[in-house]
Amino acid sequence: MTVMTYIEAIRSTLAEEMRRDPAIIVLGEDVGKKGGVFLATDGLYDEFGADRVIDTPLTESMIVGASIGAAVNGLRPVPEIQFADFIMPAFNQIVSEAARMRYRSNNAFGCPMTIRAPYGGGVHGALYHSQSVEAFFAHVPGLKIVIPSTPYDARGLLRSSIRDDDPVLFFEHKKMYRSVRGEVPAGDYVVPLGEAKVVREGSQVTVIGYGLMVQYALEAAELLEADGISTEVIDIRTLRPLDGQTILDSVRKTGKACVVYEDNRFGGYGAEIAAIIAEEAFDDLDGPIMRVTGPDVPGVPYAHTLEEWFMPSPDRIAEAVRRLAAY
Amino acid sequence: MATSTPPALGADLGLTRDDLIEMYRLVVVTRAIDERMWVLNRAGKIPFVISGQGHEGAQVGIAYGLQKGLDWMVPYYRSVASLITFGMTPREIMLAQFARSVDPSSGGRQMPGHYGVADRNILSVSSPVATQILHATGIALAAKLRKTGQVTITYLGEGSSNQGDFHEALNFAGIHHLPVVYVVENNGYAISVPMNLQSAVEDIATRGPAYGMPGVIADGVDVLGCYRIGKEAIDRARRGEGPTLIEAKVTRMTGHSSDDQQSKYRSAEDMAAGKERDPLPRFRQELMDAGVLDAAEDGRISAEVKKVVEDATDWSESQVDPDPATAQRWVYADAPPARMDDPLWLGRRFMGDGGPLTGEGD
Repeated sequence: MTVMTYIEAIRSTLAEEMRRDPAIIVLGEDVGKKGGVFLATDGLYDEFGADRVIDTPLTESMIVGASIGAAVNGLRPVPEIQFADFIMPAFNQIVSEAARMRYRSNNAFGCPMTIRAPYGGGVHGALYHSQSVEAFFAHVPGLKIVIPSTPYDARGLLRSSIRDDDPVLFFEHKKMYRSVRGEVPAGDYVVPLGEAKVVREGSQVTVIGYGLMVQYALEAAELLEADGISTEVIDIRTLRPLDGQTILDSVRKTGKACVVYEDNRFGGYGAEIAAIIAEEAFDDLDGPIMRVTGPDVPGVPYAHTLEEWFMPSPDRIAEAVRRLAAY
Repeated sequence: MATSTPPALGADLGLTRDDLIEMYRLVVVTRAIDERMWVLNRAGKIPFVISGQGHEGAQVGIAYGLQKGLDWMVPYYRSVASLITFGMTPREIMLAQFARSVDPSSGGRQMPGHYGVADRNILSVSSPVATQILHATGIALAAKLRKTGQVTITYLGEGSSNQGDFHEALNFAGIHHLPVVYVVENNGYAISVPMNLQSAVEDIATRGPAYGMPGVIADGVDVLGCYRIGKEAIDRARRGEGPTLIEAKVTRMTGHSSDDQQSKYRSAEDMAAGKERDPLPRFRQELMDAGVLDAAEDGRISAEVKKVVEDATDWSESQVDPDPATAQRWVYADAPPARMDDPLWLGRRFMGDGGPLTGEGD
C-alpha cells in the first residue's frame, strides 16, 4: 500500500494508462510543459511528448469537438477542461454530439473519451472557479458521469473511464486535490462504473453524496455518533449510470434518507436521487427525504464570509440528520 | 463514343473519358434522387426533404479526387452528391428518406439528410451546424498522429462558417498543419438571410489565410474547375502541407427545405438568376462540346439513372420500419438487452443506462 494525494492518484493513473495504451492522448489548456494549472498532468509532456500531450488554444468547444473526431478515428482522448466552470462553450459538443453519436448512428460510431474537469467550491474561486456542473450533464442519456471522493476510487474509476467505450465526464473536486490522502494498492485494479459504495455503515439514517460531500458526510457521521445517532453514508461514485440498488437497500434498512450535494438546490442532481427513493421506497420511509445543498444563488460568492455561507458543511449535514432522526 | 486518342478535356487534370462520364453520371443521378425526394414529399410519403439541387457540380468535382476506403468524409445535410461520389449508394440515401430499420445512417432515428456510413469512413452528422467541422479536425489529428495517410474532407454552408466551431477548427488545423480540407458551399442564403447580412466580407475564402491556410474560390458550375481545386487541396493535405479552405460558389435551386417557401424572401429575378447557375446543363454542354458525350450516350445514362432511382425508391420503401422495442438500444456500448422483459433487466441495479427506470425485480 502507498499513501497518495487525490491529485497524485489522478496524475499517476494518467501516466500509467498512457504507458499501457498508445492511443491515449491528453489535450487541453496548459496541460503540456506547465503540467496543468493544478499539475494534474505534470510530467506527461516530458514522458510522452508533444504529439500525445497537446497544449491547445483557449477553445473549449474545439478541445471536446476535436476529441470526438480523434476518438472516431482510433484514438482515446482524455481532454482536460481547465475548470468545470469553463465547460459551457463545449456544452453543444458534449450534449449534441458526444452523447448522441452512438444512439444517432445506431451503434455505427462511438465516442470513447474521458473529459476531466476540476469542479467545486471552498477554494476562494468565486462564481467562475467553484461551480458544480454535474446536473447539466447527468440529465443527458449517452453520457457517463464520474466523481470520485478518494485517491483509491480516483485511480480505479479513472482507469474504468478511460477504458470505457462511451464518453465519460470525470469531475475532480479541486478542494480535495491536496487535502485528501489515502491508501492505494499496487496493481492495475479498476472500480467499475455504476457501483455505489457504503463507506460507513449505520442503522438510523442514510446520507447519500458524492465528491467532497462524502468527506463532509463522514465527518458529520462522527459528530452524530457522539449524539447516539447511527448514520450510514453512501458514496455513489458514478452519477450515471447510477447504482440505485445500493441506495434503495440502505434506505429500506434505515427508513430515512438525506441527500447532500454542493450544487444549487433547485433541480440539482440529488433531486433525482430523492425522486427515485420516493418512487421506489415510499413504503419504507419513516420521514421526509431531506436535502442539504448549496443555496439558489448563481454561483459561489468570493468573500470568505459569503463562501462559508454557501458551502454545505459537516455541521449542516449533522443538523439535518438530527432533524431527520427525530421523526 | 470511344476514340483512340484521349480527349483534350480533362487530360490536363489526369482525368480519362471514363472519369468524365462517371462524374457526369454522378451529377445526373444525384439530381434525379433529389427530384424524387420532392415527389415523395409532395405525395405524402416522406415528411421532410433537404435538398442539394445546384450544389451537385461542386460536390462531385471536389470529392472525385478522394481515395475511397482510406480517406474520411464528414458531410453536412446537402451532401448527397459528395456522398454518392464517395461510395454511398442511392438505396442507402433513399433508406434515410423513408427512415427504415436498415438505414445505415441512423436506423431511422435521424431526419433525412443526416447521413453517415461507418464502413465507408463517412461520419454521422447532426443538426446543429458547424459542429462537424471540429470532428473532421479531430479525425485529421488522429490521422496525423497515427500516420495513416488519410485525408479528411468536411463540408458546411456559408451560414455555418459564422459559427465559432468553424473558426476554432480552422485555427487548430492551421497550427498543426492537419491533413484536412474544409469546403464551404456558399449558396448565398442561410435559410432566408442573404450574404450581406451574414458576413462582413463577400468571400468566405478570405478567412483561410487568417488561420494559416490557403483560401480558394471554386466556381460551382465549373465541375472540372472544382475537381482541380479539390484535388490540389487533397494532395496538399496528403503531402503533409496542411489544410485548405475551399469556398464553392453554388446556387440553391430549391427552398432551404420542404418546410421553406423561398419566394417569401427571394425575388423572382434572384431565383431565376440562380437557376441560370445550374451546373447540370452546363456540364452536359461542356462534355458534348468536347465530344465526350453525345445525345445517345446521354439518353443511355438517363435511362440507367431512371432505373437506379426507381429501384432505390421501391426497395427502400419496401423495407420494414424500426421496431419501437429497439428504441432504447445503443444509448451506450454496453447496452441492455433489447427486450424489456429480458430477465437481465430485472435486477435494476443501474439506472440511467438506457434501461427502464422501473423493473419488476423487487
